[in-house]
Amino acid sequence: MEVPILKQGRFLIATIQAALSDADLLQLRRALIDKVIQFRSQGVIVDVTALDVMDSFATRTLRDITNMIRLRGASTVIVGIQPEVAFAMVQLGLTMEGVATALDLEEGLAHLQQRAAGKT
Amino acid sequence: MSSKRSTSQTQRAVAQSTELLQELVAHLRQNRTQLREEWANRITEAQLLTAMTKEEIFTEATSVYDNYVETLATGTFEALQSYSRNLSERIIPRGVETHEVVGIVLLLRDVLARSLFAKYQGDFTMLNRILDAYEPAANRIANTVAVGFVQERERVIRQQQEAIRELSTPVLQVRERLLILPIIGVIDAQRARQLTEQLLRGIRTNRAKVVVIDITGVAAMDATVANHLVQTVEASRLLGATVIVTGLSPEIAQTIVTIGVDLGKMNTVGDLQGGIEQAERLLGYKVVPVADTAST
Repeated sequence: MEVPILKQGRFLIATIQAALSDADLLQLRRALIDKVIQFRSQGVIVDVTALDVMDSFATRTLRDITNMIRLRGASTVIVGIQPEVAFAMVQLGLTMEGVATALDLEEGLAHLQQRAAGKT
Repeated sequence: MSSKRSTSQTQRAVAQSTELLQELVAHLRQNRTQLREEWANRITEAQLLTAMTKEEIFTEATSVYDNYVETLATGTFEALQSYSRNLSERIIPRGVETHEVVGIVLLLRDVLARSLFAKYQGDFTMLNRILDAYEPAANRIANTVAVGFVQERERVIRQQQEAIRELSTPVLQVRERLLILPIIGVIDAQRARQLTEQLLRGIRTNRAKVVVIDITGVAAMDATVANHLVQTVEASRLLGATVIVTGLSPEIAQTIVTIGVDLGKMNTVGDLQGGIEQAERLLGYKVVPVADTAST
């Protein structure tokens, strides 16, 4: 299942709608990196509100996305991790070090805007 | 296994010797006053039920005696079960211990057995048959009472644990987007889990950005608890909230460093006030005395 990536001003928003297979995740990673360049975006938001499970592969892919996008000169925020998911992730040791997180889309946008304002 | 055997033996014995038991019951009813008194005296002598006065012991002894005889007469234990639950409910708050309850029931069994010896000492065959009927029933009564007592006690303990659990984990909002989680008492694995769950839910519902966890009220901390704390902090971060831990006592600080738990990811501030001040800075609040704002 393909993840839609929306352009919102200087930012990209990818909203994951349902559980993703590993191939879907890799496809999302590829698409995001391409589009960051294509649209000259400053930030990317990945919304995982709909996910009720995050396995190690998903966690690692999200972290990879963050790092790759950083290399492309933009920042990433993961938004909408559910409390149960957060708890399970921490217990499994999947803490996503160095990845910015926010409560929901609104917070994520505010975070990116703040960062953009700080840079310029 | 042994209790199973004694139960089936009891049932057989009860079936075979109802007549003997009725004779026994008649004997116990006849000598009620004397046996009851003897039993109460034995209880006092053995220094059981020290939390109760002599009169109270006698009153309780009377009702236990009557229930005991009643159970022997009817052979049904339901009434005794509810009676012993009721009795336990009354005496547990007074600090009566398990060994005392078991002790007095066993004393009664002995007192009654002695009276049977005295009555049938001339006729050993009869004495044997009476004891055959009496002993299993008496043992089962003792068992029922003791089990009833322990169950009641466990129920009280469960109730109290639940009460403590409910009391102990408030998540408080002190400012818009700022939560406080004061932890008091002992943290075990279950409570830590519950704390985390409640905090995460609180972060969501209050849309919190900063959380101050105050552990001034936590007396001791070991590696497990420290790791739970780290997990809570990380889980909160995944929801986009910053956590500030305040109120680490010198002892806890030393323990944590000695155990070598990695608290590097944790934001710690000396006391709750400092924590709240830092949280306000993070959120962009500035608290100024009214006098200052008036003058400028």
